[in-house]
Amino acid sequence: MTKTILTTCPYCGVGCGISATVYEDQRQIKINGDHSHPANFGRLCSKGSALGDTVELKGRLLQPQVYGRETDWIEALDLVADSFKAVIKKYGADAVAFYGSGQLLTEDYYVANKLMKGFIGSGNMDTNSRLCMSSSVAGHKRAFGSDTVPNCYEDYEHAELIILIGSNTAWCHPVSFQRICAAKEANPALKIVVIDPRRTASCDIADLHLPLASGSDAWLFNGLLSYLYEHDALDSAYIEAHTEGFIESRDSINNVSTVQVAEHCQLNAEDVQQFYDWFVHTDKVLSLYSQGINQSSSGTDKVNAIINCHLATGKLGKVGSGALSLTGQPNAMGGREVGGMANQLAAHIEFSDVDKVARFWNAPHTTKKAGLTAVELFDAIHEGKIKAVWIMGTNPVVSLPNADKVKQALQGCEFVVVSDCIANTDTTALAHVLLPAQGWSEKDGTVTNSERRISRQRALFKPAGAAKPDWWIITQIARRMGFETEFNYQNPVDIFREHAALSGFENNGQRDFDISAYAEISATEYDQFQPTQWPVNAAYPQGRARMFADGQFFTPSGKARFIAVTPRPPVNQPTADYPLILNTGRLRDQWHTMTRTALAAKLNQHKPEPFVEIHPNDATHYGLQANGLAHLESQWGSMIARVQLTENKLGSVFVPMHWTEQYASHGRMGALVNPVVDPISKQPESKHTPVRIRPYTPVWQGFILSRRELKITDVDYWIKSKGDGFYRYELAGDTLPDDWRDYVRKNLCNSTAENPQWQDYQDTAKGVYRAARLLDEQLESVIFIAADHHLPERSWLSMLCAKAELTKAERMALLTGSPPVGGADVGAILCACFNVGEKTILAVIKEQGLTTHQQVGQCLKAGTNCGSCIPEIKALFE
Amino acid sequence: MHNKKQKLVVIGNGMAGMRTIEELLSAAPEQYDITVFGAEPYGNYNRIMLSAVLAGDKTIEDIVINNRQWYIDNHITLHAGESKAVISIERGLQKVIAKDGTTADYDRLLIATGSKAVVPDVTGCDLDGVISFRDIVDVNKMLAYSRSHKKAVVLGGGLLGLEAANGLVLRGMDVTVIHNHDVLLNRQMDKPAGLLLQTELEKKGIKFKMAAKLKCLLGDANKHITTVSFEDGSELDCDLFIMAIGVRPNIILAKRAGLYCERGIVVNDTLQSYDPSIYAVGECIQHRGDTFGLVAPLFEQAKVCANHLSAHGVAEYITLPTATKLKVTGIHLFSIGDIQGDKQCESLCFSDSALGIYKKLVLKDDKLVGAVLYGDTADGVWYQQLLEQETNISVLRDGLIFGKIYSSNTSNWVI
Repeated sequence: MTKTILTTCPYCGVGCGISATVYEDQRQIKINGDHSHPANFGRLCSKGSALGDTVELKGRLLQPQVYGRETDWIEALDLVADSFKAVIKKYGADAVAFYGSGQLLTEDYYVANKLMKGFIGSGNMDTNSRLCMSSSVAGHKRAFGSDTVPNCYEDYEHAELIILIGSNTAWCHPVSFQRICAAKEANPALKIVVIDPRRTASCDIADLHLPLASGSDAWLFNGLLSYLYEHDALDSAYIEAHTEGFIESRDSINNVSTVQVAEHCQLNAEDVQQFYDWFVHTDKVLSLYSQGINQSSSGTDKVNAIINCHLATGKLGKVGSGALSLTGQPNAMGGREVGGMANQLAAHIEFSDVDKVARFWNAPHTTKKAGLTAVELFDAIHEGKIKAVWIMGTNPVVSLPNADKVKQALQGCEFVVVSDCIANTDTTALAHVLLPAQGWSEKDGTVTNSERRISRQRALFKPAGAAKPDWWIITQIARRMGFETEFNYQNPVDIFREHAALSGFENNGQRDFDISAYAEISATEYDQFQPTQWPVNAAYPQGRARMFADGQFFTPSGKARFIAVTPRPPVNQPTADYPLILNTGRLRDQWHTMTRTALAAKLNQHKPEPFVEIHPNDATHYGLQANGLAHLESQWGSMIARVQLTENKLGSVFVPMHWTEQYASHGRMGALVNPVVDPISKQPESKHTPVRIRPYTPVWQGFILSRRELKITDVDYWIKSKGDGFYRYELAGDTLPDDWRDYVRKNLCNSTAENPQWQDYQDTAKGVYRAARLLDEQLESVIFIAADHHLPERSWLSMLCAKAELTKAERMALLTGSPPVGGADVGAILCACFNVGEKTILAVIKEQGLTTHQQVGQCLKAGTNCGSCIPEIKALFE
Repeated sequence: MHNKKQKLVVIGNGMAGMRTIEELLSAAPEQYDITVFGAEPYGNYNRIMLSAVLAGDKTIEDIVINNRQWYIDNHITLHAGESKAVISIERGLQKVIAKDGTTADYDRLLIATGSKAVVPDVTGCDLDGVISFRDIVDVNKMLAYSRSHKKAVVLGGGLLGLEAANGLVLRGMDVTVIHNHDVLLNRQMDKPAGLLLQTELEKKGIKFKMAAKLKCLLGDANKHITTVSFEDGSELDCDLFIMAIGVRPNIILAKRAGLYCERGIVVNDTLQSYDPSIYAVGECIQHRGDTFGLVAPLFEQAKVCANHLSAHGVAEYITLPTATKLKVTGIHLFSIGDIQGDKQCESLCFSDSALGIYKKLVLKDDKLVGAVLYGDTADGVWYQQLLEQETNISVLRDGLIFGKIYSSNTSNWVI
């Protein structure tokens, strides 16, 4: 029994449509791109394509847990509601907090925000979107008076110049990148400029890469604004008619030259000039920006520095022309729509209009002030001001800056609730109550992508175990807290209708977010919902691709605002103690904290181990070897990573953001990141932390490939990754075990009753140990230990793990780590003394026309020692 | 012209002596009138294949190297049989005398009297049913016992003892090997290899009493062995007792002739004894302190000796490490060089217990100095070459133990 269901990918903000063929009985799905979805038109990236490998039940949180004990929903929900009520009663509403996620569906998000802000009466509802695009939100609101993304993906195909700013689009928004690649192929005149300190995969299609100094983006765009003015490239009519604050902005910049800009940004002046010229001389310019802009202590200013240039040229919200923030998460935008962040209210309503929300919800206690944002919120937990926190579908112990402090905060917190679909994460480990949420393949609701497009996520399977939708869990708690009628939803569409109604409530065109057309949507229509870009209202019943082309903004004056930006360097500059700049970011094949992508073997092949990219000269300076291990340390924490030499900026290192304690002993980059935030957006400066680096030289290094999952806990350094039919462990240790043979027999086997076969190789003097465990003819596990990182490629051995049966040649080559080469078949050994095979002898008899065994002996030595094979050699002449 | 030929007399019709003659005939076929004395009534046979005869893998015919016709064809006078055993060498007269009075004059004498089995220093070794395992007579006795008796005990877990035990088991006897060490072939094998070997031989039905201290052999009224008694008080029933605890050079004749002997007949690098007209090869000699028990050095000695007898006079004998093998069907073992190693040595070990493979290589100063291979001996010859040629193996080290084919495998490691 199969059925095909259209849904949306749960990873990045591109929001690709997926066509899933569902084999309900086997709990399996076949994933294809949805050709009808306007975000991707059938394309998918590696992560989306591998979704079928992530829906297994292994590792899922399937039952509520209370203080480490499995229980039923009733006990768990009662405990959470009672505990929150007790804390609120004793300490007030601000002593509790929710921390949500851009992975939540809009309906989930809506009820969470409604409960916290409207009924508990605190602003302490923030989300991991704070780490992702809050600077864009703040920048949009300053410029446009609303959090509005002006442009859309279709502009990729119309633009004549695309500027990728602080975005490794190729890896982080791969399908958008594919569309841009296709656009460039179709229109070779399309210019691509990449602005990024690193030379990333996105530079592959770049006509110009500007590897600017970390955090210097505002200088570059202020310089552009100045250049536009100097070169008479302004759209004065547009500025006059539709904007305000231009003069102040321009004057604040003070006519910087491209040479000055280049100096500030550590760029070639010619490159800067080239970029500026292209901007001036191209009609359709599209700026795409992401975390390199947002994750900064001046992120909001950087956003506005970019938008200023588009306002100054009138290149905004037009076909092929404008600014588009590439959001990180599948529903970061949906979260923004429902007020998922502490300084927002639902439906893009400002705190100044809180009365509207309060009246709509009939919630007189709706909070009138913003709550604590992510970093502040966990600081407050650390300080004991927040006594109870509910973390929904996210992993702050890994992802927040100064993550070790976050861990301590949760360890010290009175009451920690985590709702998640995965049982073991670094954050679930610290929870008092675990609530099993439905995963992507089970949930129903809506998400909004980077271009304001609302799409449906649809359930593919029945819920796993006792897992429930997030909206259900939240409303159950709300009801138990005394808000039964206000949270009496029966299904997601009930919530969606209310959400849509609120967006139109007393709106009258004052707020950008308006989907009031859906206020009465039927269950059937909701089921058949087609991807649509908001607003969707009486004026735009089919939605709206672009905003602001008419020059009408949501500021009180209706005009867009130039923001005078005074560029600021990142807060913490390198010092003698911490001389390098740490940059962080995503990898192509992993998502966030790997809770789901690491389940897919094929996604773990690309980069199986946390690494640090460093310039070869820096590596030499700090005594690091390629592929050796390095210890990275900041004022806030440390990690260990594998050294990769890359020709990037001197003095700058990069580590991937994904690894957690579930997959690495020392791979959490969040521990190093400085807890510095943008003063306006409160988004952390995750792209710039001063660090130092030194070689980590363990006594031994090695790896294990094992068909069964192992518990490797007593090793100083370990990395775990799942392969196709095996698990891979990269290991290192500061002390040697007494006896490797004993060690592997203890750690690679569950029981001695299995009667495994062992192959061992030991070169003690060189610190080399290798062993394989076989069951019948199948490779169960293999371990390679060396004194350093000189170890074989894992690929061939990995492939052997997947084989049902090893050949003799493979078995004998196994512990060399490389496939057998050139082993000619010599046949059965006849002369054991000189190891001469029957086929070798027959060949020489034939080739040289030999007639006696003595001649054979002269040719091959066969039979000339003990002579016992002479009868057999004689027999070969017959 | 015939009269001008010098006279060469060979005492001993065994493998070393006859290999020397073969080498000599090929180097200088016309130089000597050759006379050979042999105490056994056969032509020349491959003594090391006696185990195969005992095991039934070969017949005596199969192991004959040179039959009587060969001696005729090569104009060699052969005096073979017990009565033709040489009892005296008259060095002054340059003449040898056999038991039956046959004499032969020599210009050059080659002594190749071989070795005798070591007899343990306990009472009862003179009982009937107590034999060594040296020649066709011994094999025939063992075969006869195997048809009429049940219990055999083999003293000595060395190569010969194990081959004897294997043969007797195959002939249907209940065989126990008693060994004074806890590791079989302890001179060639280390403990892991020895244990693998023991397990495999046990599977073939051989029983073992390891680290055993023999007390005495007890017999019945007919002076036939009945019981083997041990220091620990235990006893074994026994119908046939094989002594296989090594050999010592057979030098009775040489000593009686006043040739300088220590443990063996002392020879120089040309295989010449202290009497310039007398050469000696094989298990009866002592060269630079070494005596011999394996076939490979004997063949080398034969080559060098023939070189000097033929008056080429350029070859020098050097004892190379000798590789050891066990001739038991289905068992592959190889051992060469210093397998224990000293403090400066490093070792590489490989084992695959299910395949019954164990390998150990001993290295010193980046050179191979010893090797034990069990179960997979395919690379024995390669290791022997590396060892003999003192090849620096540092670049091969990572893949060395995996054999010649795989040794280059690790060179393509990328990190």
